Amino acid sequence: MKELMIGNKAIARGLYEAGCAVISSYPGTPSTEITEEFAKYDDVYCEWAPNEKVAMEAAFGSALRGKRSACCMKHVGLNVAADPLFTMSYTGVNAGMVICVADDPGMHSSQNEQDSRHYAIAAKIPMLEPSDSQEALSYAKLAYELSETYDTPVLLKMCTRVAHSQSIVEVGERAEVVKPYEKNPQKYIMAPANAIKRHPFVEERTAKLTEYAETSGINRVEEGDGSRDFGIITSSTSYQYVKEAFGDSVAVLKLGMVNPLPVRLIKDFAEKVGKVYVIEELDPIIENHCKTIGVDVVGKDKFSILGEFSQKSIEAAFEMADKTVFALDTDIPVRPPMMCAGCPHRGMYYVLAKNKLTVLGDIGCYTLGAMPPLNALDMTLCMGASVSGLHGYNKAGGDETENKTVCVIGDSTFMHSGVTGLINIAYNQSNSTVIILDNSITGMTGHQQNPTTGYSIKGDPAGKVDLESLCHSIGINSVRVVDPYNLEECDRVVKEELAKNEPSVIISRRPCVLLKYVKPKKPLHVNPDKCKSCKRCMKFGCPAISFRDNHAVVDPTLCIGCGVCAQLCAFDAFESEGE
Amino acid sequence: MTKNVMIVGVGGQGSLLASKLLGKLLVDEGYDVKVSEVHGMSQRGGSVVTYVRFGDRVYSPVIENGEADFIVSFEKIEAARYVQNLKKDGTIIVNTQQIDPMPVIIGAAEYPDAIIDEMKAKGVHVDDIDALSLAQQAGSAKACNIVLMGRLAKYFDMPKEKWIAAIEKSVKPQFVEMNKKAFELGYNF
Repeated sequence: MKELMIGNKAIARGLYEAGCAVISSYPGTPSTEITEEFAKYDDVYCEWAPNEKVAMEAAFGSALRGKRSACCMKHVGLNVAADPLFTMSYTGVNAGMVICVADDPGMHSSQNEQDSRHYAIAAKIPMLEPSDSQEALSYAKLAYELSETYDTPVLLKMCTRVAHSQSIVEVGERAEVVKPYEKNPQKYIMAPANAIKRHPFVEERTAKLTEYAETSGINRVEEGDGSRDFGIITSSTSYQYVKEAFGDSVAVLKLGMVNPLPVRLIKDFAEKVGKVYVIEELDPIIENHCKTIGVDVVGKDKFSILGEFSQKSIEAAFEMADKTVFALDTDIPVRPPMMCAGCPHRGMYYVLAKNKLTVLGDIGCYTLGAMPPLNALDMTLCMGASVSGLHGYNKAGGDETENKTVCVIGDSTFMHSGVTGLINIAYNQSNSTVIILDNSITGMTGHQQNPTTGYSIKGDPAGKVDLESLCHSIGINSVRVVDPYNLEECDRVVKEELAKNEPSVIISRRPCVLLKYVKPKKPLHVNPDKCKSCKRCMKFGCPAISFRDNHAVVDPTLCIGCGVCAQLCAFDAFESEGE
Repeated sequence: MTKNVMIVGVGGQGSLLASKLLGKLLVDEGYDVKVSEVHGMSQRGGSVVTYVRFGDRVYSPVIENGEADFIVSFEKIEAARYVQNLKKDGTIIVNTQQIDPMPVIIGAAEYPDAIIDEMKAKGVHVDDIDALSLAQQAGSAKACNIVLMGRLAKYFDMPKEKWIAAIEKSVKPQFVEMNKKAFELGYNF
């Protein structure tokens, strides 16, 4: 059956068909849908783990037990899971294990543009890189074969365009695979004496996989029917752009396996064509390999190391004719993403900004608090860094910072890696105030459950971490809960907790307004007779409020009736229906 | 020959269903199809764009400057933002709805009210339509996307019945009649 699928769904299908029985993941754009789609199958186990390291180790345990498993994450998630990754390369697997990692060239929804292929090289683990949804499905299945044949976890690398583009795939049937578990300390206990013996195995495996890369057909030459003045080596979505720009008029070496890379295949290809171009997004991995094996290629000198490519980048590099375009004279205002109307984070941010506090931020929807008009954030680095960073900031700043600095972190991010930072605050006693923005969901990635929500990935009742008890048991004595729709309460509690000479946690608790169970109230409206055009409400940055004909107006299709604007207005101009 | 359609708008406006409908229709017609959009930040009221490409063999999932045969814009200035992607002989269907972006809300920028006139003056083939009113006429403001698909269908060399069949397959049973009405209102506008 032929179906239109995004790459991530196709991966989920491929993993399923290959008999994958367990997936443990942490959400992260652009990888999230792999796990969400897999969770829709009934006869498999699927979960959201608190972070990528836990997910990868859980998947490892399942593979050890003899069931094919996988874990999925975005590129920066692989940093978190790097510890097990490097040693799993030594232990190898029992049943096959696949690690799906999705890069985000162009940083559509990420804090950096790192290239995951470095990890495959550094950990000496094979990496496959599909260029469309059909390949995503086939490579997912192939990854398990390689994993079991060569006794290694296999990395399956996506990028935003392959992960989120739909193309046609042919689906197949599922095959069950179960391996017996046998105790094997020399293979699975990576103490020095055993690990020393496993390292040569890893090197031999890479040599065998290189041979596979030469001959298996996963890396293929498309001869083309045009001139041989030059040829192109490429992979992933860049392959599609090359074909879009050149069609069949140029010889292409299309790489489906980007670690280890072939040697003979590349040398033979280079001999058949004149000049060789390497077209790859982000870092010059293939280019450097070519140069190392003595093949002269042109890569990053001609194609950017930054961002995404498209057919346009290739056409421009080869000086192909520009397409004519319409150009307007008027500047079009930008439309950045923003916190939704009624977003519970906004009230807390308004209070933090009003008090002119230094705010160390974290990763999630609430990073949008950095945008105008709130401009509430001073720092965002990586998952959990707000809490540990605040500790260091206050240890360095002492009296000068402790009473005017806070950090903000979401519930899911706190579970991911904020809790260890809070343990450090409690253990090493920094006078820090941590604000947990608990909106009862993992918001930014599109509403995934997490250990604080009480529900599993399938929406079934699950274990639930009690944030207040957790903070107390860590050693935080002052734990307060506030409603971010109540500005007076937020303002008072933030001031009180900052004034204390001890670590403290404020839980700003209200569910995300996009959750289905959150019923919106009736929209407010502005009484034009009462509105004095002071624009105080505009400092709040609610997308439902705009300024027309010299007074504020509320868009009733966006307003959910949270009423925070009414608390801001000194003239009671915001009225609910019936007033 | 590959045809290129862009669907642009503001996060939350329902462009996802429109591209799903179009993609399904084109696959059923036997075309090779690619549909591409970026998830994540764009869900939060940001500018969103979906690329739909179809033909005998489609390679790139994205549509670049000067390549779109059609752009369907769910909002006025989003049309202007992406008009550079339109071919010189392409058509841009514009819902005349105005949604202020944050710089306009906070007074840092002005909403360019006359943008459709400017596009027309530059020789762009603009088909402007008050899809929101037509959707409300059909029964729900949410049917805006189907009104616009109805308008797009007008330009396609494909029987209307096939679009309607695709709608029947893509929306919940209780909304079929309303969406069919919305489609007709767009088609016959």
